[in-house]
Formats: sequence, structure tokens, C-alpha cells
Amino acid sequence: MRLQWGIDAMRIIDCPLIGPRPVAEFNYGGAVGEPPIVDPTPDQLAAQVFYRAGAPGLLREWWYHRPTGRWFVLERDTATDRVHRIVTPEEVAHAIPML
Amino acid sequence: MPFRCSDVRAGEWIDRSRTLRFRFEGRVYKAHPGDTISSALLANGVSLLGRSFKYHRPRGVVSMANHDVNALFATGTDTNIRGDITPVEDGMELQPVNVRNGLEKDRDRYLDWFGRFMPVGFYYKAFHRPRFLFPFFERLIRQRAGLGRVDLRWPARRRPKRYGHCDVLVVGAGPAGMTAACDAARRGCEVILVDENPFPGGSLGYQWSGNADALQWRQRLLDELEAHPGITVMTSSVVLGYYDDHWLPVSTPDGIVKVRARGVVVAAGLIEQPAVFRNNDRPGVMMASAAQRLLEHFGVLPCKAAVVLAANPEAYAAARQLQASGVSIRGIAACGESGREGEDAAALASGGVPIWPATTINEVHGTNAVTGVSLIGTGSEVAAQERIDCDGIIVSTGWAPAAHLLYQAGGRLRYDDTLEMQVPSEWPDTVVPAGRLNGAFTLDQQREDALEAVRCLIAAMEGESEHEARSLFRDTVAHGAAWPVSRHPRGRNFVDFDEDLQLKDLEQAAREGFDNVELLKRYSTVGMGPSQGKHANVNAIRILARYMGQGMDATGTTTARPMYHPVRLEDLAGRRLRPTRLSPLHDHHRALSAEFMEAGEWLRVAHYSSQESPSAAIADEVRAVRRSLGLIDVSTLGKIEVVGPDAARLLEGSYTMRMGNLKAGMTRYGLIVDESGVIEDDGVVARLAEDRFYLSATSGHAAATYRMLQRHVLEWGLDVHVINRTGQLGAMNLAGPESRRVLERLVDIPLDEDAFPNLGARESRIDDIPVRLLRVGFVGELAYEIHAPVSAMGRIWDALMEAGASAGIRPFGVEAQRILRLEKGHIIVGQDTDGLTTPFNAGMPWAVHLKKPFFRGRPALAHLKGRESQKLVAFALPPDSPLPRECHLIIEEGDIAGRVTSVANSPTLGHPIGLAMVESGLAKREALLQIRIDGGQMVSARRMATPFYDPEGKRQVAGYPESREESHQ
Repeated sequence: MRLQWGIDAMRIIDCPLIGPRPVAEFNYGGAVGEPPIVDPTPDQLAAQVFYRAGAPGLLREWWYHRPTGRWFVLERDTATDRVHRIVTPEEVAHAIPML
Repeated sequence: MPFRCSDVRAGEWIDRSRTLRFRFEGRVYKAHPGDTISSALLANGVSLLGRSFKYHRPRGVVSMANHDVNALFATGTDTNIRGDITPVEDGMELQPVNVRNGLEKDRDRYLDWFGRFMPVGFYYKAFHRPRFLFPFFERLIRQRAGLGRVDLRWPARRRPKRYGHCDVLVVGAGPAGMTAACDAARRGCEVILVDENPFPGGSLGYQWSGNADALQWRQRLLDELEAHPGITVMTSSVVLGYYDDHWLPVSTPDGIVKVRARGVVVAAGLIEQPAVFRNNDRPGVMMASAAQRLLEHFGVLPCKAAVVLAANPEAYAAARQLQASGVSIRGIAACGESGREGEDAAALASGGVPIWPATTINEVHGTNAVTGVSLIGTGSEVAAQERIDCDGIIVSTGWAPAAHLLYQAGGRLRYDDTLEMQVPSEWPDTVVPAGRLNGAFTLDQQREDALEAVRCLIAAMEGESEHEARSLFRDTVAHGAAWPVSRHPRGRNFVDFDEDLQLKDLEQAAREGFDNVELLKRYSTVGMGPSQGKHANVNAIRILARYMGQGMDATGTTTARPMYHPVRLEDLAGRRLRPTRLSPLHDHHRALSAEFMEAGEWLRVAHYSSQESPSAAIADEVRAVRRSLGLIDVSTLGKIEVVGPDAARLLEGSYTMRMGNLKAGMTRYGLIVDESGVIEDDGVVARLAEDRFYLSATSGHAAATYRMLQRHVLEWGLDVHVINRTGQLGAMNLAGPESRRVLERLVDIPLDEDAFPNLGARESRIDDIPVRLLRVGFVGELAYEIHAPVSAMGRIWDALMEAGASAGIRPFGVEAQRILRLEKGHIIVGQDTDGLTTPFNAGMPWAVHLKKPFFRGRPALAHLKGRESQKLVAFALPPDSPLPRECHLIIEEGDIAGRVTSVANSPTLGHPIGLAMVESGLAKREALLQIRIDGGQMVSARRMATPFYDPEGKRQVAGYPESREESHQ
């Protein structure tokens, strides 16, 4: 994550909420995951922790904008590298089981 | 022999009124301001400018445009200076590179005769057997290989990067580029026009010198560039590459400018391509455009008598231009038909210049300079002509577009059989080609093409896609030969001048099976030298296409990656931008003559100085904490406040241990792991109220922990606020048996064990300043962490130092703290753990509360429990043992079985102690650890249990052995 420091802005993320900003202002947070399975099988666990879909297409991803201190979920077309829309946090939120 | 003509050329770049002097190989030469190193040497009759990389063949000017790297020079401090484009300076002391004993008598020139023992790919084939000789060959090759020598004492210069913004970036200030820039500016766009030459004009400045219309047009364009406020012209500047969203770094003489444009016109022109014939690299054989540049920019004639190899109209125009300036044209070998019937050819023929159809060069004579040439029919294998005496060969047999930026933007090229040249076939709507690069050769075609490019670009920038409707203005005659290659039984017909690759090398590579263009490139290294294939790739593709019996497009192209030209590392490095954060107590530490160290982005106190050595000072600090009292600044800790109804829920999900059952007014150690169960961070969590927590994070991970908590709030849909107070609050830890007695006098709450038990958290005031007290002891003594606003930190520090003076208080630094915590067996995340360490590896199963149905990393930890392959163990060494260092290896039966993660001489215990991550098999056996230290020496370490010091933790509870809260079970 810290590697992002000092790396030149190359892409612009056109965020529908805060407008076009250079990608160097963001930390990438990975794709939005599935809600956790409480007692997964080893296969489910491996899938959840390690497997990532690489096929081009629409992907919902977490992006952290450092200057505003905000997380965004953006829907990005990984084939064209364009951000299509901002996803509201409610859309991706999932309750976690508690004691 | 080249020479400077006495006639002043209209628009030449040199200032003949002034003279400067420079030295080359010790000899003094004269030049004019505006000369480059190459032009200045040629003006003095020096045509041997360098030696080639592999065979040390004599080389001279080829492109005069930095498309080849045959003329490289070194000064005392700098090397591989490109002679074609680097201005000569008064007093310059130049030397050739890759030469021993001078250019003329280079000791390595015999390598040319051994060429047949160095076939393509010989690095891969030779020197393997016998194996024991490999180091010998390696040393020999390393000595010989490479170009100039780097001066390691080169003074570092910092060149800040700058930013540029525009609507339209135009690359190339030739006829098309200037037209496009002016037109875009007229339409209201902010324009940046970039050209690698010192003056705009491009081919109008050297290719059209006899054409009055061209000169007039050039002047009009230059005037408009000058006058229009919306155009910024950047000369001697190179657009290095195209990155996403029109981000184009431009290397200027003052460093890099990072330009963000809305649209790009690529009018970068063409790169003239050499013909392949025997000795086509002799000094004196040059491209027609190189001769024209020399003449029109520098007033230098490349030779007195020339033979021209022609396959396009440009060749005849150049021959006429040189003839008009006094060069005797001995004849023109037309290896292609194009241009032979044109106006220039007719004028030359009527002037008595023989034009030989279907003829090409068989061989160039001469060693360090051209002395003559033999010709041959293009269809035959026998010499058709007697030897012709001449001192220069002018070649114009084809071009390649400088389309690197188009490629990088996602464009495609195809081979045009009419033009005998690659042309753009696809490009993005907002990165458009124009001019000769796009196949527009005549002045009218270039003008129309540039206007059309701007029209389509602006339409696309405004959101209309006009790409389909783009008209093209491509020429209808060939501008090159389909096969500008002539075979010779004795070879030396070079395709790549950087890497000394001949026709036979490429054919042999193809024969050996490297018959895909990418494989051919990697195996033969064609196009991999410093000029990156600018003059070599097209001919290499031609040769492979013919070998394979397929078309140019079917053969493909290699990728043209950034940077277009080499860039100085100082330009890429830019300014050093690494801000350091300072503690609010920094001045206090300075007043105490502290030694500082970098800790992440912070400067922290390593130790305070004393009369003795640093290690003695550190040991004294350790002893002070153990015996009486110490004070450490821990302001760098991350400090995060979590407030809201779901505060406990957030922390339950984020930490491995239970947080929901923490009582208000108490703290608990907290560990954070990632999804795969690997330790990310640790800290102390204090519950201030039912819905309010205050937590610390390690100095280096504070921002990431804060970010992670913020994300969990959204991810889990929680009603809670996370506030990062790291920069707003400072903290210090008062540690030692005397800490309570000293602090008691300053605070307004009782500190006795019942009122403020171990691991408690309280709000109080010191000197009327609100402070938060946490009774936590990382160092294993009775200790209080005091958190307060940064503005009040100095006052509190002073108050504690004063109150503690009678108890012998001593400030201590990070080094002492590291030893103190090691004596307690506490880990430091990132030092004792790495990217694979789970709490089980770290020997902290007590920190993982798997009974919770969920926390981040729980599924992975539930799976990993009991399967750890490595374990952190503690060890001790005898007092007189040599001290291992961190990352020294644990060896078991000759194999690596682990590594030391922490080690220090314990002042308290009087002998070295440490932690090591070892294989679990070894961890279970309780055997001695064999540590290999510096110099290969082995030391045996005894296994220990942690904590090394005060194993029952009695000292933290100061006479109250039973602490109910927190037994970590």
C-alpha cells in the first residue's frame, strides 16, 4: 500500500462523486468480496481468500481516496478501464455474525 | 572527406559569427555555437566518430537525428553522450567510448576479423563447457562489453518534475505538426507543441530547401506559432511515451514535464531506414536525410564525391540539393523505380549524372572512410559495374513512421504496398496521426492531413466520434524499396548497427527456429540496443518475412515501449519527496542531544547521547527503566477513536480477540490479521465507555489500520464513527518501579491498584491539561502511557522530568525499548513477523478467539490452527558469545531451518537473548539452535521460554500479584 507514495499519477479516475482525480491519490482496495462463510470448507476458504476472477468485465472495487479520507466502491469495466458508476456502500454491505 | 561549406544556408542553426574550441581525443577543433558534436567534427573533416559495440568497426554519422547511436562520446563526468544532437560547448573535452588506444588504432578492432566465431546467439552457445572456465570468460566478456564507463563520483543533480496541461498536445513541429498546432489554437484550444530539435520546422527545414513555396509556408507557420498566445512550443524536448488518459511525460532540457492533454496529434514524422549491403556502416555512408540535415542545419557537406542509392523521390531531391551545393554526384543506383522518372531525376540526368536502373550496392570500399563503391544488378549476383571512386554514399531507400506513441495509445500499423512503408491503420479517437507518419508526403497532402486530423480530434474531444469519417491524404508513389537488401558472400551487411547484426545472423536465427518476430528479436537482440530498433526493426521484419515467405503484416511487429529515447536517471528521479514527520517533542529530544532514526515516515529517538558509546548509552537507558524510571516519547503510535452504537461490533470483527466484553475503563492487547490470517498490526484497545473505544496502532501501520476500520464500517453496514487522532494527540510512556510515585504527584486521580488497576484506562489532568492514562507496559514494568494534545506535550514532558528527577528519571529511545520488550518476549510486528506469519507461528494462540463466529481472518485461522510450519522461539547465548545479527540463519543438518528475527545483549540478564523463526519440527525438539553468524562461524544457542524477564509479570502489578482482568486465556 505504501508503495503508492510518490508514484506518478498516470490514470484519472472519474469518480461520479468527487470528479476526475489522478489515480495516485487512491489506494486500491481490491474487488468487493462475497460475504464471509462462517465455517468454510478448505475449498471455499481458498476461493474466498486467494482466488480472484481475472476475466475482463464489470468489477466492483474498493478505492480509498487519501485526500478526502473516503472509501468508494466503483464499478469499473476492466476491459476498457473505465469507471461506470459509483456503488453506494449499502449495495455491497453485508451483516457480520456476532457473539 | 566532409567539410563546412562557405555559403551560409538560409535557416542554418549555427552562428558563424562566433567560434568556440573543443578537444576530441586531445586534439583541438573549432566549431560554431549551434553545432552538435557530430556536425562540429565533420566540419573539421573528422568522419570517424566511434566504434561499434561488438566488432569495434569504425562508425560515423548515419542518421544525424539520434536514430542511431554510432557517435557516442564521453566527457570526464558523463558518458554515452549522443553526438548527433548534443550541442558542442566551448572547452569541452571529448573522448570516444568503447575504445582502447584511440579511435583510429582501437586495440579491439581485430574483433572484426573474429566475427565468424561470434555467430548470432553465441552467448547462449559458447562458454558452457568446460564449466570451470565460465568465470574466466565471464570476466573477459564483462570487461569488454558495454559502452561508456560510468563515473561513480558523478555529482547528483535534482531536477524537479513539472506539470503541463493542455487541450491538444502536438508531437513533432514539422509541416504537419505546426499546421495542426496553429489550426487547433485557432479553434480555441490550448496547445503544446513538442519537438526534439532545437528549432521547429521539421523536414521543411532541410528537405525542401529549393522550394520557395515551402520556405514561405514555413515562415508563415513559424510566425503564427510565435504570435499565438494559445501555443506553447517546447523544443529540444522528447515526448517519452504515452500513458493512460493522455498522460505524456516530456523530457525537456530542464527536466521532465508531465503533460496531461485532452487530445494528441502525433506528427512525429519518419525515421529513415538504412539499406543493407556490404560495409553499409563505413563512415561516409549515410542516409540522404542525414546529409540534408548536415547541410541545411550546420552548413556541412558530407563528402566531395558521392554515389547515391535511390528508391524514392527524396533521394533524387537530396542528390540535386547536394549537387547544387558543390558535391559531385558520381551516379545514382536506382534500387527501386520510384522517383526515377521525376523532375529531380530528369534535371540530374540532363546535367550528366548517370542513373543506373535496377542497380544496387554490392560493396563499399575503404576501412576508416569510404574510398569507393562497387555496384551490382538488383536481380543478379555478379558485379555489374567497375569500382567507382567516391568518398560518400547517400542512401534513401525507405522510411518507418515514428509511431511509438500511437502504438502505446492502442493504435495499429499495417504495411502499405504502394508506399512500401508501414502506415497507421487504427488509432484511438483522441490520439490521431498526421503528416508523413500518416503517409502524407507532399506539402499539400501534409497540410490537408493535419487539418483533417485536428478536425476529427476536436470532434472526438467534444464527444462526437468522427473517426470513421477521417479522410486520408496518402501519397500514391513508393517511398522505399520492397527489398533494400543485397547479399554478399563475405557478409558485413549490417541490419542493426547497435548490435552489429548482419543479414546472415538474422537468417541463421530464423533457421534455428527463432522465426517469430518476437523470438527473433530476443535471440538475435535485433532492435534491443540503445536505439531500440529505430533503424533496424523494419529491415529485420523484411528479412524474416522473406525467409518465411510471408507478407510484412503476417510477420508482425515488435512492441515499441516507452521511453522513446533514453532518459537521464536524475530526470526520472526528480526531486526527493520524502517528508518526515516529527514528534511534538522533537525539540525536547534535540535539546537532550538525541540520536534520531527513521521509523517509517517518522523521525524517532534511537537513543540519547552520553559520554560513552551508543551501546553503553542504550544499556544505561535499559537499566534506568528496570531500576527506577524512564520516559519514552511514543507520539508516533497510531491513535484512533471509535464512537457509536456499533463500536464494539466493529472491533469484534476487526481484532482476533474479544473486544465486546471489555469493561469500560480497561484496556486489552489487540491483534489484527488479514483474510489469510497473517498478522498485520497490533496495539492496545481501551474502552472508554459503552459506545466509545480508543485504540493504538503501530507507528508504521497507523494509516492502514485506520483505513481498514473505515472500510469495515461500510462493508459491514455499521453505525459508528472512526476518527484518526494520530496527528492531534501525542503520547509518552512513563515506565519503571518509580512511575506511580512520580505520576501521583501530578494527576488529579488516585493511582493505587484498586482505583487504577493494571491495564486500566483513565481520564485525568496534568497541570490542568486533559490527559488519557493507559496503564500498559510494553517494557514490562509498572508503566503509564499518557496521551495528551500535541500542544501540551512539552509541558507534560517537562513536568514529568522535573517530578522524576529525584527518582533518577532518564529519557529512553527506541533502541532501549526494543531491548526491554525483547526481555519480555513481546514481538514487534514487521520485525518478528513477516508476510506469512500467523498468530500461531508467532506463538500467540492465546490472542486468537476462535469462539467468536466471525472476525477478519477467522476462517483462515480456524483452518490453520495446529498446522503451522514455522514457530517463533526464544533463545539465549552465553555472555561471552559473539552476537548474531537479525536475519542470520539457523542451520540444522546443513540446511536452513530458520532465521533470527530479534537479538540483543540484555543488560538486565547479562547475556544475549533473541527470537528466531524456525521450522516447527525444530521448535518442538528443544534442541540447541545452531546459528551461522558473520564469517560463517557457528554459535550454539540455548532454547528459552519467554518472557526472559519477570515471567510472571509481577513487576507490572507492583505488589499486587493477582490481576483479575486479562489473563489472555
